[in-house]
Amino acid sequence: MSNDTNLETRGPATSEPTGPERTRGGFCVQPPVDILESADELLLVADLPGVAANEVNINFEDGELTIHGPVRGTADQTKRFLLREYGVADYLRSFRVSEQIDASRIHAEHRDGVLMVHLPKVEALKPRRIQVAVG
Amino acid sequence: MNLRRTNGGLAFGQLRDEMDKLFEDFFGPASALQRTVGQRTFPALNVWEDGDRLLAEAELPGVRREDLEIAVVGNEVTLKGKRSVEHATGLTFHRRERGTGEFARTVKLPVAVDPDKVEASLQDGVLHLVLPKAEAAKPRKINVKTS
Repeated sequence: MSNDTNLETRGPATSEPTGPERTRGGFCVQPPVDILESADELLLVADLPGVAANEVNINFEDGELTIHGPVRGTADQTKRFLLREYGVADYLRSFRVSEQIDASRIHAEHRDGVLMVHLPKVEALKPRRIQVAVG
Repeated sequence: MNLRRTNGGLAFGQLRDEMDKLFEDFFGPASALQRTVGQRTFPALNVWEDGDRLLAEAELPGVRREDLEIAVVGNEVTLKGKRSVEHATGLTFHRRERGTGEFARTVKLPVAVDPDKVEASLQDGVLHLVLPKAEAAKPRKINVKTS
């Protein structure tokens, strides 16, 4: 089963990804993800705290899946920090997805700052159990 | 097979576990608790001052309201909770970067806060805390009497 792996990350963690640049400046961080596989689909789970459900952008183009989550934060410069352990930045991460995924049926849900993207496999690739008819 | 194991893959994780074990053998099992959710201190906190109150934010993606416990005593704030696995079990992991399990963290604030007036809200995986300073800790303006 693990030989079917067809997701690949691009670029090092926590840096501006390579490839086309975004028009808007500012930092982006790569969110931590889990990628799981079942018989029917690949499941991508990403932590996107601070991103509203209706503002998550999931784009699938030329075999590349991109998730982008803008964070609406107040300007940090004006705050008098007593403790500062993380910076607020938009989330951006890309994965190369093989043609084994049925792009038209990709769907996602977002709850409590966790994004789940379901990537269904194309029908032909699903393992099938063949029943032997007893004659 | 075209999955690349870059950083964050097995080798680093193993090394980290080995290092943690080493530290644990040396300093005792304190770090084991922190390791359950991710490898860093969890949750990460931002605390800032805003006049008569302190504001705090913590990123807690996937933590449900009912699984989070907040306690304020004097100038100490304790966040306790757990993050459960939200997907079905029995799936094959190709990549595992998100931690699960229980966490507990206590931070000392520079001033005492009024525990009765603390407000907390959890939205889109971010906890927002409003911590009004205790009366004794509020700055007072002292008027100089003119004779």
